[in-house]
Amino acid sequence: MFQFIFRRLSLVIPTFIGITLLTFTLIRLIPGDPIEVMAGERGVSAERHAELSAQLGFDQPLYVQYFNYVSGVLQGDLGNSLITREPVMSEFLTLFPATIELATCAAIFAIFIGLPAGIFAAVKRGTIVDHSVMTFSLTGYSMPIFWWALLLMLVFSVNLGWTPVSGRIDVVYWIDDVTGFMLIDSLLSGEEGAFGSAVSHLILPSIVLGTIPMAVIARMTRSSMLEVLSEDYIRTARAKGIAPWRVIVIHALRNALIPVITVIGLQVGILLSGAILTETVFAWPGIGKWLIESIGRRDYPVVQGGILIVACIIIVVNLLVDITYGIVNPRIRHSR
Amino acid sequence: MTTSTKTSTTQTADAIHTAPVPMTPLQEFWHYFSSNKGAVAGLVVIVIICFMAMFANVVAPHSPSDQYRDALLLPPAWLEGGNWSFVLGTDDVGRDILSRLIYGSRLSIAVGLVAVSASLIMGILLGLIAGYFKGMIDTAIMRIVDIMLAMPSLLLAIAIVAILGPSIVNAALAISIVSLPHYVRLTRAATMAEMSRDYVTSSKVIGAGPLRLMFVCILPNCLAPLIVQATLGFSSAILDMAALGFLGLGAQPPTPEWGSMLADALQFVQRAWWVVTFPGLMILITVLAFNLMGDGLRDALDPKLKQ
Repeated sequence: MFQFIFRRLSLVIPTFIGITLLTFTLIRLIPGDPIEVMAGERGVSAERHAELSAQLGFDQPLYVQYFNYVSGVLQGDLGNSLITREPVMSEFLTLFPATIELATCAAIFAIFIGLPAGIFAAVKRGTIVDHSVMTFSLTGYSMPIFWWALLLMLVFSVNLGWTPVSGRIDVVYWIDDVTGFMLIDSLLSGEEGAFGSAVSHLILPSIVLGTIPMAVIARMTRSSMLEVLSEDYIRTARAKGIAPWRVIVIHALRNALIPVITVIGLQVGILLSGAILTETVFAWPGIGKWLIESIGRRDYPVVQGGILIVACIIIVVNLLVDITYGIVNPRIRHSR
Repeated sequence: MTTSTKTSTTQTADAIHTAPVPMTPLQEFWHYFSSNKGAVAGLVVIVIICFMAMFANVVAPHSPSDQYRDALLLPPAWLEGGNWSFVLGTDDVGRDILSRLIYGSRLSIAVGLVAVSASLIMGILLGLIAGYFKGMIDTAIMRIVDIMLAMPSLLLAIAIVAILGPSIVNAALAISIVSLPHYVRLTRAATMAEMSRDYVTSSKVIGAGPLRLMFVCILPNCLAPLIVQATLGFSSAILDMAALGFLGLGAQPPTPEWGSMLADALQFVQRAWWVVTFPGLMILITVLAFNLMGDGLRDALDPKLKQ
């Protein structure tokens, strides 16, 4: 087991080096001189240019610059934003809970709808139920989620007025930032209606962000269930006279879930990149919106740092999924 | 005498003709493909969209950039206040939405074609090299591929466009780089499987060089999974292109690109639903059609699933 974890961990190191190389090159590939890019339209004098160049380490050889960059990254130093002058890391940390909150709710939505739908389709194979679940999931899988967001907003916020259009909570509430998670903070604040407002702001973004993962989970659950349901031991269980629901839930589902868990783990990447689009449409103050705005403002350290952090999160989650999978399924652990 | 011989020959010929003819590979493919109704529907939609794209200047009722100042935000024709010369209505500066959608299909198909063929060619090359030579080259290529796969495609595309600057060409380039890893992995796996086959060994013994082995012997036998992936790649290229356009990182206004049309229309969501609805519907239909066809192709081309 330790050998397995060690092998997986050793694969992460080259990936991490690759990603830092990518983000390191990113800022240097921008056409033009980085300092002039930072200075913007105003421009800088020659002395100031040399001074800044020395300060930021641009006068040193590239490998030294890369080494300094990586050692900074390992200490959590991702440089400062050009616009706010705040450290990129602290900006990230204040915005990240909003994205986690949204992504978690989206994942819950995706699992609670996708899993039963997939099971149902597999059990009712070939029927109208199966066909409609598969049609819906293929449609969900093909969905341009930024448009889906607008459509839902048009129907539920503009026409029906059931949900708010954007943001995390109504402006009438002033919630102290304790954990950064609006659902928890609004409960802690004890203000009447604050929690309800936070929930209603979360509904549409979660549905939008959860749509593609839901479709993927439903498809995966269905095919995995179909495979397991055709196994001999299921027939045996049925022949023994065990109640049909028990065969499905207790006997089949447990084995069918193994590949589904992996797929759920792999949705983290989709959730984080989907968050960029969802947050932009719903004006959700998370890291996705932050990244896109930074690109628009040409705030390169933020773009560089943000991409690096998101990529690292995905690598770590994939690693955890791999290891969990190894624990659950011994065949993976011992294969090479 | 002669007539009787003639008739007997025709009879034998008839007998041969009535015997079940084995299907050619193409017929066999069509047999499996056409049994999947969704796939055929997808194919029909794709053909229609390609037709629209090719003959946009003939099919479209208006020019995509003509601004009809007396017809701003006109609703679709079947609604009150609609006008049949603008079937799907007009946008905020009076451009015909239908015409813009038709010209937009030209752009989406073109970007899809460019992105898919670029990443297909690069992916096949790298995959063949990795699978054929193995060893260090293989490890190096696959590590890079793993790194690219660790990043969500949209994020990587955004990073690339952020460096190169927002434009439709850069977006297409970014999309082709992003989809590269899948082709490399598929080609490499297929090449490795083929390498151990007898026909490859015998070609080697006859004296075929590495280039001939790679491109003439092995490659044609790896094409099936690549065709499926290319079809699915088309749908994700169109989707990513629209997402980049929507974020303002792809096609720049006034280009009639579906994603950027949506972004332009954002501020009119409350007043004019049609400006927002139709471009997204086009994206959805196109992507869905390619996904349906990809599923059908997989069923038809993958011998393991045929049984």
